Amino acid sequence: MTFKKMTRIASACLFAGAATLAGGAAQAQISGDVIRIGIITDMSGLYSDIDGPAGVEAVRMAVADAGGTINGKKVEVVFADHQNKPDVAASKAREWFDQQGLDMLIGGTNSGAALAMAGVAAEKKKPFLVIGAGGSALTNERCTPYTVHWAYDTVALAKGTGSAVVKAGGKSWYFLTADYAFGHALQNDTANVVKASGGTVAGAVRHPLSASDFSSFLLQAQSSKADILGLANAGGDTINAVKAANEFGITKKMKLAGLLVFINDVHSLGLKNTQGMYITDSWYWNQNAETRAWSRKFFEKFKRMPSSLQAADYSAALNYLKAVKATGTDDGDKVLAQMRKTPVNDVFTKNGTIRADGRLVHDMYLMQVKTPEQSKEPWDYYNVVETIKGEAAWTTKAESKCELWK
Amino acid sequence: MDEIFGIPVQAFLGQLLLGLVNGSFYAMLSLGLAVIFGLLGIVNFAHGALYMIGAYVAWLSLEKFGLNYWVALVLSPLVVGALGVLIEKTLLKHLYKLDPLYGLLLTFGLALIAEGVFREQFGVSGQQYSVPELLQGATDLGFMVLPNYRAWVVVASLTICLGTWFLLEKTSLGATLRAGTENPALVQAFGINVPVMVTLTYAGGAALAALAGVLAAPVIQITPLMGSNLIIVVFAVVVIGGMGSILGSILTGVVLGVVEGLTKVFYPEASSIVVFVIMAIVLVIRPAGLFGKEK
Repeated sequence: MTFKKMTRIASACLFAGAATLAGGAAQAQISGDVIRIGIITDMSGLYSDIDGPAGVEAVRMAVADAGGTINGKKVEVVFADHQNKPDVAASKAREWFDQQGLDMLIGGTNSGAALAMAGVAAEKKKPFLVIGAGGSALTNERCTPYTVHWAYDTVALAKGTGSAVVKAGGKSWYFLTADYAFGHALQNDTANVVKASGGTVAGAVRHPLSASDFSSFLLQAQSSKADILGLANAGGDTINAVKAANEFGITKKMKLAGLLVFINDVHSLGLKNTQGMYITDSWYWNQNAETRAWSRKFFEKFKRMPSSLQAADYSAALNYLKAVKATGTDDGDKVLAQMRKTPVNDVFTKNGTIRADGRLVHDMYLMQVKTPEQSKEPWDYYNVVETIKGEAAWTTKAESKCELWK
Repeated sequence: MDEIFGIPVQAFLGQLLLGLVNGSFYAMLSLGLAVIFGLLGIVNFAHGALYMIGAYVAWLSLEKFGLNYWVALVLSPLVVGALGVLIEKTLLKHLYKLDPLYGLLLTFGLALIAEGVFREQFGVSGQQYSVPELLQGATDLGFMVLPNYRAWVVVASLTICLGTWFLLEKTSLGATLRAGTENPALVQAFGINVPVMVTLTYAGGAALAALAGVLAAPVIQITPLMGSNLIIVVFAVVVIGGMGSILGSILTGVVLGVVEGLTKVFYPEASSIVVFVIMAIVLVIRPAGLFGKEK
């Protein structure tokens, strides 16, 4: 081997080493010179009004409010439609992490899709902020160090609406349950709360997802003679069930408890059909001057008020970007560490903190739907009955099966 | 109290009646499908979309022009029927000589487009449409409280179904139509304008779907997805009844509505698939359907 050759090889090695070092250094800052946020949600199906395209826009509003760039690096938002299919959600997430250099993923509606994406994000060590999905397993038996559950979950819904209704005198319950994982979880969580508060469960009927006609199920519910009909379903199923309950006069003998009702559902059903119903939600646009101001900006774009999910989309993206700015990097572990030690203070919530199991602990609100006379303007639908403090709203440490919170 | 299969007679009667209400919708929609398939040989996958558009026309005419339910009941089938003329004249007529698969694909595409346009325009949460004043309230039948509107749905749709059946089977116009399906060339030789007849048949089928949409508007939420939720069941009904059989599709629609209703009591989890299980069994035993003719 000649001296010339040796120097050539040595310099090649040196060059390669330097490149690796440089690469490592870049990774510790902003990978690919761009901060890429992805959102995968139902963009076209039955849940696309409560999150969907307007949820993507809420994320863009957060990027704009964060200045559009962080430390001179561009922030980019990408989105995809999972069509409520977990496999589509997981493979899109994988593609983005592997090929597009995605830095953070926001998970929209559908618990099945969220659980699938949580696995991928944990494998890639990237933050996964869950907004639209409610399955409490995400921060319980299926928790990961990279999943943060931002807005609500089935346990909080059960604790909010369930105990409030029992307290108001609704002792015996019958459930109308969507026949899939989410519906079962919501029914079980609520039944536990009802029994713990001194109520009883008379029975339940399971209906297929997207059932077009509820009259038959409602008749069965009525013959149970229970006081309360708990609706352990969501979206179009809840809407059609409430509509049929009014039509068949079920509401004269039983009170309805919608366990997951969004403001879009109330808007669509009208106050006449929903007045007096208890609802637990993480946010309501007409709470204070700050929420109203933000919501009016949203209204300009969509001609409707934001749901709690859309506000949470905004909040999650905004706080992620704040953490990127503070740490100067988009490295998943470092950003998450920063997020865990910084309380969330924005239009969505005050003093929210991320717990070891990934749950964002914040106040929830028990609300009651106004009567048509009480409502002063379109979308003015709720009275806040009770603020459920963060500590009381969620799964407790004793109940938790999450390995990270022991 | 007396019981049937372990449930009280009163509850059983109630469920039977509810099944009849749903069955009337199936009957009306499958009737239109059967007529279109019989005469055009087109598997009209756009039927669900036409039903959805029918409901939206009713809602829009109330919101924008203040036209009430009874006006919509006439207006909506006319509007959607005109849309049917447009679809047949510009698109479907090019497909008659091709494999039926092409018609299926085209109409399926049209359904997706219609759904997408309405979703973009109105969102998916849906619009509400109240029951007309005359039909509000409910009647206590002793074994159940039946909303008056649902009773009206049964009466109206069965009247329309039987009227259509009478028109096709018992009048000379119907005879000409049926002859047109058997041998278009011969019917044309008698000086009858077959293409116009075909166009009107498609328009008629579309109008029936729209009428069902208006009837459904007050009881279920009007959403862009309402048609696709229903169309698959209705196809199963047509297949069970026998493609192209008018009376068969009416009867099958009503009966399957009742069967589905009873399944909701005995084994609710199976209520969404019971129709398809029956379809599979019928296809094995009688591939042409219960009322279809073997070719």
